[in-house]
Amino acid sequence: MNSISVRALLVRGMLAGLAAGALALVVAYFLGESRVDAAIALEEAHSHDHGGGEELVSRAMQSTAGLATGVLVFGVAIGGIAALVFCYALGRIGRFGPRATAALIAGAALLTVYIVPFLKYPANPPAVGNPDTIGRRTALFFLMVALSVLLAVAAVIFGKRLAPRLGNWNATITASAAYVVVIGVACAFLPSFDEVGKDFPAGLLWEFRLATLAVQATLWITFGLVFGWLTERLLAPRADSVRAGNGAANRAATAAG
Amino acid sequence: MAQTAAPATAVPAITPISLKAIAPWAVFFGILMLVLLYFVGAEQGATAVISGEGVHEWVHDGRHLLGFPCH
Repeated sequence: MNSISVRALLVRGMLAGLAAGALALVVAYFLGESRVDAAIALEEAHSHDHGGGEELVSRAMQSTAGLATGVLVFGVAIGGIAALVFCYALGRIGRFGPRATAALIAGAALLTVYIVPFLKYPANPPAVGNPDTIGRRTALFFLMVALSVLLAVAAVIFGKRLAPRLGNWNATITASAAYVVVIGVACAFLPSFDEVGKDFPAGLLWEFRLATLAVQATLWITFGLVFGWLTERLLAPRADSVRAGNGAANRAATAAG
Repeated sequence: MAQTAAPATAVPAITPISLKAIAPWAVFFGILMLVLLYFVGAEQGATAVISGEGVHEWVHDGRHLLGFPCH
């Protein structure tokens, strides 16, 4: 029975991730593509060695079908992972129902998987970034994501330990502060990259980075809401039937209370 | 109206799903999902399983707009 519910939750997570990816795709297309195109135009105006070879995938395909593939696959994948996290977190992080647990996981994921790593290693448009450092930049970006997620998990465990002594409110504040301090120290010691060309427009860079933030926020918020709604529908009837089983008197009392 | 306020006290604590039930799903699908993320986010950038530039070029815009280091 439990294994059925893991499967059911996983399927719902991936479906919610697909829906979230679809909405994020709309945001990426309308807010992001114009900035990507502008950056590519700058890139081509400056370097001539890049324009020599034939295009493997046309810009028209990259900005439509290619973009859709990337964002939708990303949505399904993070949906599946978040659903597995949800399976473990449900009933373990406190007295939260399915909907609230889904919202908390999505919010925490947006913060720890995207926003915190973004503060150290922000997204770069085409034309920004030295191809020679892509290996180090990729490794450090994924290290930052992993570090941020692991520290967040540690903070949740720490908070749970503190809760009996400090109460939920103060334990949450203490654990969050510990997370901020440790991740702040990590940011201070990890190497930074400043590879923005002197003549790359600051406004375009800012708009591009804001667009990536909008894409991720749309993705995670939609996922949290849709997955929460699906899981509430899946898991709440069981709670209702348990309550109904206790008799009409109980239900009348609940309604009155 | 009263019902909307009631659940905070009326809903019984949810029984957590046992780790044993989650583990096989987590291992298989967890890895599968991470492989998908790898192909969207990093393949043919810093590392490459498939030779060429096809995967990188196809998900190029998605990679930039999802915040991954692309090139």
